[in-house]
Amino acid sequence: MKCFVGIDLGSTTTKAVVLGSDGAILGRGITNSRSNYDLAAKVAREEAFITARFGLLRQKVEEAAGPQLLDHLLKAFRLSQTLAQLHRLRQLVADEIERTVADHLSAGALAAINEIFDATETEEEAWFADDDPEPRSDFFRDAAGSAYMRYAEEIADPDGVSFDLLVGLYDKCIIRVENEPLELGFRHHINSALQRIGDPAEVDSAVQAARDAELEEEKTVGTGYGRARLPFPKEQIRSEILCHGLGAHTLFPGTRTVLDIGGQDTKAIQVDGNGIVTSFQMNDRCAAGCGRYLGYIADEMNIGLHELGPLAQKSTRYVKINSTCTVFAGAELRERLSLGENREDILAGLHRAIILRAMSLLARSGGIDEEFTFTGGVARNPAAVKALRQLCDETYGARTLNISADSIFTGALGAALFAHREVRA
Amino acid sequence: MAAEKASWVHKDRSMELQKKMIARHFERLERAPRCGEPVVYTFVPGNLTELIRSFGALPVLPEINALQSGMRGKSKDYIAAAERAGHSEDVCTYVKCDIGMLKSGNIGPTGTKLPDPDLLLLSYTGCYTFMKWFELLREEYNCPTVFLQVPYQGDGRLAPEHREYITDQIRKDLIPALEQVTGRSYDEDLLRHHLGLAAETEDHLVAVLESAKNRPSPIDAYFGGVYYVGPIFSAFRGTEEGVEYYKELRSEVEARVAAGLGPITPDGPLNDQRFRLVVEGPPNWTSFREFWRMFSEEHAVVVASTYTKVGGTYDFGFRHDPDDPLGTMADYCGGCYTNLNLPSRIDMLVTYIRDYEADGFLINSVKSCNSFSAGQLMMLREVEKRTGIPGAFIESDLVDPRYFSAANIKNRIESYLQMLAARAGAA
Amino acid sequence: MSARSDVVDWALECYHDLDFGVVHGWLEEESGRTAAGYLPVYAPREIIHACGMLPVGIYGGGDQLEIIRGDAFYQSYICHLPRSVVELAQSGRLDFLSAMLFPSTCDVIRNLSGMWQLLFPEQYVRYLDLPHQRNTELGGAFWERELRTLLKDLGEVSGRTATEEDLKRSIGVYREVRHLILELYRVRREEPWLVPTEELYLLMRAAEVVPPETFLEQGRAYLEAVHAEPGRRRDNSRVVIVGAFCEQPPLGLIKTIERAGCYIVDDDFLVGNRLLEQDVPTDGDPVRALADTFIRHASKTSILYEPDPAGKRHLMAERVAAAGADGVIFAAPSFCDPALLDRPMLRAGAEAEGIPCIAFKYSENSGQFQQFREQAGTFSDAIKLWGGT
Repeated sequence: MKCFVGIDLGSTTTKAVVLGSDGAILGRGITNSRSNYDLAAKVAREEAFITARFGLLRQKVEEAAGPQLLDHLLKAFRLSQTLAQLHRLRQLVADEIERTVADHLSAGALAAINEIFDATETEEEAWFADDDPEPRSDFFRDAAGSAYMRYAEEIADPDGVSFDLLVGLYDKCIIRVENEPLELGFRHHINSALQRIGDPAEVDSAVQAARDAELEEEKTVGTGYGRARLPFPKEQIRSEILCHGLGAHTLFPGTRTVLDIGGQDTKAIQVDGNGIVTSFQMNDRCAAGCGRYLGYIADEMNIGLHELGPLAQKSTRYVKINSTCTVFAGAELRERLSLGENREDILAGLHRAIILRAMSLLARSGGIDEEFTFTGGVARNPAAVKALRQLCDETYGARTLNISADSIFTGALGAALFAHREVRA
Repeated sequence: MAAEKASWVHKDRSMELQKKMIARHFERLERAPRCGEPVVYTFVPGNLTELIRSFGALPVLPEINALQSGMRGKSKDYIAAAERAGHSEDVCTYVKCDIGMLKSGNIGPTGTKLPDPDLLLLSYTGCYTFMKWFELLREEYNCPTVFLQVPYQGDGRLAPEHREYITDQIRKDLIPALEQVTGRSYDEDLLRHHLGLAAETEDHLVAVLESAKNRPSPIDAYFGGVYYVGPIFSAFRGTEEGVEYYKELRSEVEARVAAGLGPITPDGPLNDQRFRLVVEGPPNWTSFREFWRMFSEEHAVVVASTYTKVGGTYDFGFRHDPDDPLGTMADYCGGCYTNLNLPSRIDMLVTYIRDYEADGFLINSVKSCNSFSAGQLMMLREVEKRTGIPGAFIESDLVDPRYFSAANIKNRIESYLQMLAARAGAA
Repeated sequence: MSARSDVVDWALECYHDLDFGVVHGWLEEESGRTAAGYLPVYAPREIIHACGMLPVGIYGGGDQLEIIRGDAFYQSYICHLPRSVVELAQSGRLDFLSAMLFPSTCDVIRNLSGMWQLLFPEQYVRYLDLPHQRNTELGGAFWERELRTLLKDLGEVSGRTATEEDLKRSIGVYREVRHLILELYRVRREEPWLVPTEELYLLMRAAEVVPPETFLEQGRAYLEAVHAEPGRRRDNSRVVIVGAFCEQPPLGLIKTIERAGCYIVDDDFLVGNRLLEQDVPTDGDPVRALADTFIRHASKTSILYEPDPAGKRHLMAERVAAAGADGVIFAAPSFCDPALLDRPMLRAGAEAEGIPCIAFKYSENSGQFQQFREQAGTFSDAIKLWGGT
């Protein structure tokens, strides 16, 4: 089958979407962006093809063995990938010890990291075996890193193999693992995944078919903040504004206005009935009011970014915040707290302040038309959504507000659609 | 790359001519104190070059020096010097650049020293900062200052009583001040002679600017345009040299029209023009070529710009009139782009988009200049409404390199042009 | 409730009321009444008043107004005032105005006049180009003609053409207003513990929106009351605030400066209400008298060209001496061209005469005062420790 790929190279994550020849979505992939842009794009693309192949075998496996087996197979596949990466990471750390750690410490260090990696592997196996595991980041660097740090802290010896030494080793090697090509594709791991779940014969033919399916990459279009650094010819690069507009239009065909709030920038986009952008506005060079601002606030409060929204939701009123300057975020917060305002109300005010900035961009771009789609990382924050709904109602009246669970893939989807359109045209 | 460079290096005769004229002018300025030639500092909008010349004085335009410093990579240090001396980071960087240059020895754009002014002619035409700029320079030079108040066209026209106010000031304040500083008496015939030359120069310039109505356009009316208006904006309006330059320029442009050629850009000749744009706002000078390339790489040519009208809106019919020397100078000052109200500026953009058959328009909003920038978002909206064409909005600065974010600007320009292409494709 | 606090509460209510209830009250008292708004810094209120209109100073939305529409019109490097003015207008809060005047304070306000023409075509909009030529023959003649045009236009807007007598009466009313303002400032200067700056400021703000007769009544009641209820004397330094003539600092900032140990004994808040330093004569042609008084007796401010270089250099020293102050606080709104471009010259002049200075920037909606508190407190302590000169 001919496929069309869209890659969205963002400042924090890289996303890929694969479309079939009919333009339907076959698969999506995401990875953290890294210094090697080419590799980030490759990993995201590979992930998208993996989900595409799983998509191909889904129906048959479900029919033959039920949904649970499919879930087990997928988890086993992910475990196999994770173990391969852990294995490589262990190798690199061991090499690094040999090269850089002083002789009197190296044996101890080697023993320590073996202990850490053994424990991490066990933990990973347990996590994937769990039917209802604790939610966590999808990225290897986060999952592996958090386990590694925990064990390192446990076994570190301040007078011998210290925590700092172990952390230093990890930091150096995780970057290498991420920036070297490692075989993580469907064909490389599906067999071991099958083995792990006991080689069920009833899914054999379906897996075989998925493995052998010819997914031929007909055309790829790149987009996103880092698009200029993608190793693509110029004709294969599209602005993320256009991709976001088209992607949002495809997710919600009635969309006329798109708001995207990412880590570094905010975009307000108007599209016509075909998903063609008719006008857009972006924030100026200052990142005030973008996702990054919430990041600073979360750091300042020493809580996770994902906890901000729910905490703000508990407020009964909002404190008026006049500046969304990232530089003053901490100072503003401390001053409000010292004035006796409660945390939830301040947070509600901060969310409102961010959305106020977005509202001015929306107004500049032409306002909010009926059917309005909110994308980007901040769209996952319930307090931001609530503030947006409120301000939209107050300013423009009732509007349909769409938020897709897959909104992070909007830009990549748009890019894939451009690839698809152009070949068809 | 090499080929591109070569084509950029290729210079038309007019460019050589301009370079020589400017070099000669600055050499003359350097000698002026020794030769006893009086020097008058004044601003581009509302510059009364013919009058200054008729007194045998030489004009110096501080904005031109500031933008040249920006292009030569000197503005960053000059601005830093001024900020260290207590100037706010919030205000116009032309002023800070000029003051920084002064504090660093006052070496002008061609490497020669600029003479101190004998007179500061504060032609207050459409920019509040001008007033403070010369108040600041007055502190440094301790020389006489003449203030010429040019009423703003708040109602979209220069009212007769405003015109009279300007001519009264020229007659009663400015001319006596020039007489005193230069030791010469007012020579109206000589002034008429210069005004006649000015009108001739203006005819040629308008022909050059309007050549952009051709397809392909033989000029880039913004990035190229700032070179074309250089002589007429600085010291050469109303001079023989000015006429010669513009004649030459015009003949080159006419030759390109006849040959169906586009302008020379940093990427070589731009004959294949995919986008015709109108631009509002001054350019960024510190990354001028990089900025231009963001357009030329996408095959976008600018067919009309408002910035090239800050020194006069000749393409709307104004010509200096030797038969009414004072009145014509009043009309000139009142009609400079900076002195037009917002509705008039919007009308002008709409007219350009229509007359030059533009595909789109772009506003470069500079942090320095509130005269230009305050209200540009409203202009964007109104022009979009009236033409049905979406506009692009980018933000930078005149000569402060800290405010030129290349990635951000490139992203916007690319997105905008792709949007225009997608719209055109969908239509 | 004391007489004094009654007045202060009344003024505070005017200050906080972004719906201009007091103006609406006046308009509704009699049918056919109209009001004309003006932006900072100076508008000839006598002309407006003579046409039967209520002059209403529009000073933005302070720190209470949430900006939703206003930001869509302005880039981040433009001051805050026009955003909140547009916000007020777009939310319908200025619909009661029949006319809007935009004095030549700076290019931002100037350009707003053009925006206004497009946004509110039904309102009379005029850009007031103040005269920079300080001689009556040139600048005076120009300004006189501008005032005559305004008088004629506003007469048409209000439906009440002002007679010479009307204008003379209005000049008389605003002379009284100015006298009262100067008296309040005098008491403040001489006995600052009697008139806290925030109270003086609130009265000045009220004076911008209420009918002048109301202000005279309230202001006089306040003056009488302050002597009956003197506040506690404090060992504060005495400072002059310079640069806050257009976009206004939030009330919290004004209080902060005083509480940090600085008596503000002179300032340029709302300086348009006392820009004319001499009475406008009422003998002879009143329009010419208004124009001439401006030309001859407008106080030195950043919004006007200063023909005399020495005048600019000595300005701070003169103001400090007149106010018996110890130092100058340059407090300018962020991105304010007039205040910030003038600052280096004024500051150099002050420092040349050994006057201690500090400088900071604010915006009308500044929410954090900690940094101002620290700066003003340190400044006050430094003055007390080492003296003025």
